[in-house]
Amino acid sequence: MQVPAHFEYERATSLEHAVALLTRYGPEARVVAGGHSLIPMMKLRLAQPEVLVDLNDLTELAGIRIEGDELRIGALTRHAELLGSAVAGEHYPILHDAERVIADPVVRNRGTVGGSVCQADPSEDLSGVFTALRATAVIQGADGPRRVPMRQFFTGPYETAVGPAEVLVELRVPLRPGGGSAYVKVDRRAGDWAVAAAAAALWLRPGPGGTPVVADAGSGSPPSAPGTSRPPRPRSTCAAAPPTRSRSPRRARSPRSTAGPSPTSAGRSTTSATSPAS
Amino acid sequence: MAVTVNGVEHVREVEPRLLLVHLLRDELGLTGTHWGCDTSNCGACTVWMDGVPVKSCTVLAAMAHGREVRTVEGLETPFGLDQVQVSFMACHGLQCGFCTPGMLMTARWLLDRNPDPSEAEVREAIAGQTCRCTGYENIVRAVRHAAAAEREQAS
Repeated sequence: MQVPAHFEYERATSLEHAVALLTRYGPEARVVAGGHSLIPMMKLRLAQPEVLVDLNDLTELAGIRIEGDELRIGALTRHAELLGSAVAGEHYPILHDAERVIADPVVRNRGTVGGSVCQADPSEDLSGVFTALRATAVIQGADGPRRVPMRQFFTGPYETAVGPAEVLVELRVPLRPGGGSAYVKVDRRAGDWAVAAAAAALWLRPGPGGTPVVADAGSGSPPSAPGTSRPPRPRSTCAAAPPTRSRSPRRARSPRSTAGPSPTSAGRSTTSATSPAS
Repeated sequence: MAVTVNGVEHVREVEPRLLLVHLLRDELGLTGTHWGCDTSNCGACTVWMDGVPVKSCTVLAAMAHGREVRTVEGLETPFGLDQVQVSFMACHGLQCGFCTPGMLMTARWLLDRNPDPSEAEVREAIAGQTCRCTGYENIVRAVRHAAAAEREQAS
């Protein structure tokens, strides 16, 4: 029987209350939302927080909406809601690409977008996606909200920029015209963690003579190890160039690989951890 | 904590670390919900919380405070078994029966949202439920059988 070690349980009634609880209990307190990463780790004693602060009543942290030129995804948004969001899929198909391969439908009913990102598991799916999309994390602390670009959000496996007395509020994805995006994951079983994964996004703009040229490109992979959670910057290699097959995110689907997935998975998809433009 | 299970409110004092599956089985005696892999993989412990299927081995009992839980015992009505239960019997959608409570809860949820699911849609819906007896063939058949029966009843 797998049961977590003893801990205290508090249910936050507001964002401010959650931050106050985290401040009061100190670094041995953890927030819990879906709990589908944290509770299994607590059962295995890989995590042993003294206090859990339950965020599930904070409905203001859930939901997907467009505000200004940003797609805003609340941290408490369940995976199933992001997968079912037409507006998210319309702007960035990569969000549905990734959500479709996260665990299974029942787990996706409970697990949250913010929880996945904050867990920063080395095999996690959404970290690379939001990095590729150049998203910004909004983090709430006692002094108010602050914004951290996803490139600086992951400091290593299971480590993020969110402080002990802070809560991830939402992820903001800039909406820009001419964008395309995709996510490819190599896994061995349905709903499994990734053996390897790559996320890519590309934005085009009209160039000389009307030929589209690459305005910007982003790539991302899971936060695997210190120093490797930041993918190479494809922008410098393909910006202002016309999009060709060798410069497109689809390149990530080509069989060239440095990640070396097993032969059994090569038939499904093969990804490279390197820049899609390299 | 206070939780409503199958329409009945229960008040209990629980340890924060108690899991919902153990509250249901050990405290409330609702052993229809099965306790399987303990890692949110197998889906045998699937129940509804506030109308949505969740794996109760990965939900704290305290998280269910103030919420409505529906277990496999809550499928049957005074008028008889739910159609998914009838169809699982008719189509032999089980052998040992261990995965069945979770399968039934997910199947009921699927049919409430999609009254005519394709085979692929049924297989996707139960992707988080593991069955080691049937090879899933009869389970998929049972869910679609239930769907067809309910569509017929509705027409």
